[in-house]
Amino acid sequence: MNLNQNLFNYLLRLSDSGLVLAQRISAWTGHGPFLEEDLALTNIALDQFGRSRSLLEYAGKLEGKNRSEDDLAYFRNEREYFNPLICEQPNGDYAQTMLRQAFVDCFEFLLYSELCHSRDETLAGIAAKSVKEIAYHKRHSFSWVKRFGNGTDESHNRLKQAMDKLWEFTGDMFEQMNGEADLVKAGYAPDLNVLKPKWEKEIAELLQESRIEIPQNAFMQSGSTLARHSENLGPLLAEMQILPRMYPEAKW
Amino acid sequence: MSDSQGPLWEVFVQKKSGQPFVHCGNVHAFDKEMALQNARDVYTRRNEGMCLWVVPSEAIVASSPEDAGAFFEPANDKIFRHPTFYQIPDGIGHM
Repeated sequence: MNLNQNLFNYLLRLSDSGLVLAQRISAWTGHGPFLEEDLALTNIALDQFGRSRSLLEYAGKLEGKNRSEDDLAYFRNEREYFNPLICEQPNGDYAQTMLRQAFVDCFEFLLYSELCHSRDETLAGIAAKSVKEIAYHKRHSFSWVKRFGNGTDESHNRLKQAMDKLWEFTGDMFEQMNGEADLVKAGYAPDLNVLKPKWEKEIAELLQESRIEIPQNAFMQSGSTLARHSENLGPLLAEMQILPRMYPEAKW
Repeated sequence: MSDSQGPLWEVFVQKKSGQPFVHCGNVHAFDKEMALQNARDVYTRRNEGMCLWVVPSEAIVASSPEDAGAFFEPANDKIFRHPTFYQIPDGIGHM
């Protein structure tokens, strides 16, 4: 495996995170708790779709097999998707959606802040644009988590239940792709082992403010770096991909 | 959509630093931070501004249409209040 192949895989990891999570939260469009929040979440989904599109377009170019961003999004199967497991977890209620978002936003903010200094200029450029969007996503999801945690007994319990469902999927975000170590060494990607304690510290503070306990020595799921997923990704991709697969020549 | 969407907040957008804040509409929200974020998401999606104010609608004291006669009509015949009786020196330019 050469550096280009490693970078291609790494770009898929980045783009699939945004694509799968955006597809998930798009399901709230028209069903948000109220109009303004509906619009807020739709905006966030659009930011994530936009970022994934740039990353997939670049990945296609690097690969050199004439695959467009649409080819890569719609014609890869479940076992070719590299998004972290947390992104594909169900929306549940709004507490679950916001807690999942906060876990990912916090991770992405750290990751993309570092990617701004990547040796790869295109990736650094995409990161510089994305990091401002992510800063806002994080502010939005963090304030919702605190609101649920410190709201009513009902909202606090909902957040607690969301925590019970989601926590075991957080460790998988820090798993490294095949060849990622080489990219780190060459200055293309940040070392996730360095980002992990920063994420843990920020999330610990957020959850403390929200009066939610973090389980000690919890079992952590993994597998997404080998494209091994939970039962939730297949149906999501089926829904996302059905149109271009049934009508491959369909145009907007 | 739930029954209660929270109290109303009025939204003011400033296009550029130094310019006045202009009222552009309102949002529902349960607290200050939510009001600010909702205003951002609803009213600044197309580069409308650089700064936002949100104000609880109930904090705004408004004159009522019935007051218009007593409040505003007396100004109608006070044309001397307009600075149109002065020669503006050329050096001043646009005023």
